[in-house]
Amino acid sequence: MKLTVWTYEGPPHVGAMRVATGMKGLHYVLHAPQGDTYADLLFTMIERRDHRPPVTYTTFQARDLGSDTAGLFKKAAQDAYDRFKPQAMIVGASCTAELIQDDPGGLAETMGIPVPVIPLELPSYQRKENFGTDETFFQIVRALARPMEKTAQVTANLIGPTGLGFRHRDDVVEVTALLNDMGIKVNVVGPMGATPEDLTKLGQAHFNVLMYPEHAEAAARWMERDLKLPFTRTVPIGVGATRDFLAEVSKITGLPVRADESRLRLPWWSRSVDSTYLTGKRVFLFGDGTHVAAAARIARDEMGFEVVGMGCYNREMARPLRALARDYGLEALISDDYLEVEAAIEAAAPEMILGTQMERHIGKRLGIPCAVISAPVHVQDFPARYSPQMGWEGANVIFDTWVHPLVMGLEEHLLHMFRDDFEFHDAAGPSHHGGHSPKPMERAEAEPEAPADPAPTQATPAQPSSVEVVWLPTAESELKKIPFFVRGKARRNTERYAAERGVTEISVDTLYEAKAHYAR
Amino acid sequence: MTHHTPTPPVRGCGNTPILKQRGQREVFCGLTGIIWLHRKMQDAFFLVVGSRTCAHLLQSAAGVMIFAEPRFGTAILEETDLAGMADAQDELDDVVARLLARRPDIRQLFLVGSCPSEVIKLDLSRAAERMTQAHAPHVRVLNYSGSGIETTFTEGEDACLASMVPVLPETDARELLVVGALPDVVEDQMLGLLAAMGVTPVRVLPARRSEDIPSVGPNTVFALTQPFLGETTQVLERRGARHIPAPFPFGEEGTTAWLAAIAAEFGVDAETFARATDAPRARARKAIATVAEGLRGKTIFFFPDSQLEIPLARFLTRECGMEALEVGAPYIHKQIVGPDLDLMAEGPVLSEGQDVDLQLDRARASRPDLTVCGLGLANPLEAEGLATKWAIELVFTPVHFYEQAADLAGLFSRPLRRHGILKDLNGGVAGGAMGRATGRMAPAGEEGSA
Repeated sequence: MKLTVWTYEGPPHVGAMRVATGMKGLHYVLHAPQGDTYADLLFTMIERRDHRPPVTYTTFQARDLGSDTAGLFKKAAQDAYDRFKPQAMIVGASCTAELIQDDPGGLAETMGIPVPVIPLELPSYQRKENFGTDETFFQIVRALARPMEKTAQVTANLIGPTGLGFRHRDDVVEVTALLNDMGIKVNVVGPMGATPEDLTKLGQAHFNVLMYPEHAEAAARWMERDLKLPFTRTVPIGVGATRDFLAEVSKITGLPVRADESRLRLPWWSRSVDSTYLTGKRVFLFGDGTHVAAAARIARDEMGFEVVGMGCYNREMARPLRALARDYGLEALISDDYLEVEAAIEAAAPEMILGTQMERHIGKRLGIPCAVISAPVHVQDFPARYSPQMGWEGANVIFDTWVHPLVMGLEEHLLHMFRDDFEFHDAAGPSHHGGHSPKPMERAEAEPEAPADPAPTQATPAQPSSVEVVWLPTAESELKKIPFFVRGKARRNTERYAAERGVTEISVDTLYEAKAHYAR
Repeated sequence: MTHHTPTPPVRGCGNTPILKQRGQREVFCGLTGIIWLHRKMQDAFFLVVGSRTCAHLLQSAAGVMIFAEPRFGTAILEETDLAGMADAQDELDDVVARLLARRPDIRQLFLVGSCPSEVIKLDLSRAAERMTQAHAPHVRVLNYSGSGIETTFTEGEDACLASMVPVLPETDARELLVVGALPDVVEDQMLGLLAAMGVTPVRVLPARRSEDIPSVGPNTVFALTQPFLGETTQVLERRGARHIPAPFPFGEEGTTAWLAAIAAEFGVDAETFARATDAPRARARKAIATVAEGLRGKTIFFFPDSQLEIPLARFLTRECGMEALEVGAPYIHKQIVGPDLDLMAEGPVLSEGQDVDLQLDRARASRPDLTVCGLGLANPLEAEGLATKWAIELVFTPVHFYEQAADLAGLFSRPLRRHGILKDLNGGVAGGAMGRATGRMAPAGEEGSA
C-alpha cells in the first residue's frame, strides 16, 4: 500500500481511453463500476473536446455483483456496437473489474460482433497511464496492420500522438511540415485522427516517425519486425534534435536533407546580447522521459543554462534517462512521488524549474520560476493558439515559454531591490507567484524541514551540516539583499563554507568569502 | 403562509410515476464528497483505501486544491496487497501510523472504502475499531464506503455522516440538529435566523471540529439542509431522533418553508417568525426577480447528479418561472423530497437512475433551453447547440437560504445570458474543426440556432 495525494499518471485504462479518444471510428467498452466515467471530463474539459469520448462503461453497481456482471458487459458491448457502429472495438477492464475477473475479451469473442474486437490486458495494480496508451496502440496495430506494397512516393507514418497529449495536436502539424520540406508525405497519423481502417494501411509507408516513445514504442518495434518499417529514434524537440532527426530521416530514405529554417528564430534570440544573463542559469528538469531528455539538450546547448537536476516519473524511460543524466554529470531522479521531487528541487536550489503542472506548484511554493514542458498538464496548457514543441516553430515556442518566467524573475529582483520604497514593501509578495504565499523563501529558510505533509512516504532530506553556525545580524541583513531566488543557495553555500572551516559565526566577510569560493 | 408565496399547485408531482432506467450512468462516485467534506471538518483526514483510479479521480475532481496540503489521500492497493488479506490490514496499520505521526493535528480519521476495497472485502470497519483503540484518545477512526458500486456523488456525504451517528454522545435534551455540510457563511446565516426565531440550542452535523460534535437522543428533532441524506436520516431515527419534513431551503420560498416547519415544531409565534424573516425574505425576492428575468419561460432538463435536482427544479419553476421538461436524479427518496415534489406542478418527466444514451436522446429531442449535467456531457452538448449548466458547481457554491437565493438563480441565468451575448462565429470560411464537429453532431437545420 502506498499513500498518495498527487499522481503523475492515471491508471492504464485512462491510457486506453486516450488512444480511443484520439482515434475516430473506434469504440472502447470498459468494464468498470459506476463512477469511473469521471475520466470523460479530462477530455471534455482539459482538452475541451466537443464530443463525448467514444467509451461505453458498464457502470456496474453493488447489486449487480452477486448476479451477472458478465451479462451486463455483453449487453453494454452489444448496445455500443448497435448505436455507434464503429469500424473496430477495444474491450477491457478497469481496476475493479480486473478483480471480479469477467474476461471482457473472452466474452466479446463469443458475441459475433461483425467488426474486429480487440481485447486489452492492462494490469491496473502494476502499470500506469503511459503503459496503457502504448499497450493499447500496440494491440490495435497488431490486430489491424498487415504488410503491404509501399507507396510510390516516399511516405512516413507519424505514430504516438494521442488524446490528452501535451501539444500533440500542433506537433503533428510541425512534423508534417518538416517531412514535407524533404518531399516526404505522411501516410497515416496514429492513434490521433486515425480510423481503424487507416491503421490497416500503416504497412504501405516507408518508415515510421516515432513521435512519442511513451505512447508508441511497442507498436514501432512490432512494425519494424513484422512490417519491415524502420523508425526514427530522435525526437525532434529543439534545434539540434530537429537537425539530427532530419539527418536520420535522410539516412533511412536516402533523400537529401532539405529544411526551411527561415522561420527558426531561437538561435539568434539566444545569441542576442539580451540573453547573456541566461548563461549558467541553474535549471532543474522533471517530466516524462522524452520531454526531459529533449529539454536537457536545449537547456545546455541552445540556451546556455546549467542543468543541475533531471528526472522522470515514468519508469519505462528510466534507462535512457539515467544514461543521459550521466552525460550531464548528474544522477537521474526516477520517481512518481512528488515529495521526492520537491526534496530534490530544494536540495538542488535551481533558479528555474522545467517540469509538469506539479512542479509549477512546487515552484510557486519555493518561489522559483517555472515553465511547463510535459504532461500532466492542466487546461491552460491546451492552448487555442498554435504552440508546438517540435520542429522550428517548436523551438521558437520553447524559447519564449522558458524565458518569460525568468524575465519576470528579474523584474521581481528589481522590485525587491527597491522594496524599501513605499510601494514595494516585502509583504506585497511576488507579482505572479500568488498573493497567498508571500515571501516564500523566507518561510522555507525559517523552517528548513518541509511543511507537514499528508503523504509521509519520504523522509525529509538530511540537513547539509550538523555543525551549529550562527548568522551575525549584519550578515543576515546582507543576505536579504541577495535576490530571493538565489538566497537559499547563498545561505546553504555560506553555511557549508563556514562549517568546512570550523567557523561558527557568519559575518559579512564570511558571506563574501563563500561567494568568492563558489564563484564560477 | 403569506400572500407573497405562490399557492401550491392543484396537482403536484407527488404521485407522478417515476421513469426508471438501467444502463450506463454518467455520474461521480461517493469519494467525490471528500472534496467538500474535508473543508468542513477541519480536524478530519479522509484516507481512501483504493486504487490509482481513486487517487486520479480525487485529483481530477479536486483540481488545483490538491496542492494546498489537503487533508485527504489514497492508500493505493498494490499487487502484494491483493495476494493475501492479512497483509493488507498490516500495511494499512503502517500507513495510518505514519500518517498520524506526521499530522498530529488530525483528530478524526475516516477510512473510506472504494470499489476495489469493497470487492476484495477488505474489512475496514474492523480496521477502524482496531485503530481507534490503538490511537485513543487523541484520534477516533471511523469508516464508510464512498465506492461507486454503492454510492453516487453526494451519497458519499450521506455515508460519512451516517458513520458518525452511532458514536455520537447520548442526550435527553430537546435540541434541534441541522444535518448536512454547508459552507460556513451559509451555516452562520442559518444559525442567525434560527436564533432570531428563538430556536436554541441548535447543533449541526457535521461539526466544524471534533470537540463540537452534537449529541443525539429521543428528544432530538432534526432538519435536513440537503436532500441526499437518506441513510443518515435512518440511523438518526434509529437513535430516537425525529425528522422534521420540509422543502429544502433553496430560494425565498424554500427557505421560508424550511424555517416555518421548524418554527411550527418549536411553537414560534407568527409575529416572531415575521420579525426574523420579513427583511431577508424581501431582499431575496427582490434579488431573485432581477436575476431570474432571463429564466422566465425557459425550459430546463436535469441529468442526474446530486439529488439536488428536485428541490432545484421546484425553485426554478416556482420562483424563476422556468418550465421543467425532465428532472433526473440518481435516487429519489420520496419521504425526503416529498414536500418539494408536492410543490412542483405536474408536467415534467421524473426519472431515477440513468441510461445515459437514452437520456441524451430524450434531451436532444426536447431541445431544452438549459440542460443541467456533468462536465463529461456539458461541452459535447454545447457543441450540439444546447446551453448547459454544469451541475457540480451547485454542490461547491453557497446556494442555500435567503442571501444566496439570487446567486443560485444567477448560476442558471448566466449560461443563457452568455449564449445571448456571444456572436455566432461558427460557419465562417469553411469552418474550423469545431464548426465541422458541430455540423456533424447537430440535428439537421439546428446548427447555430441557439
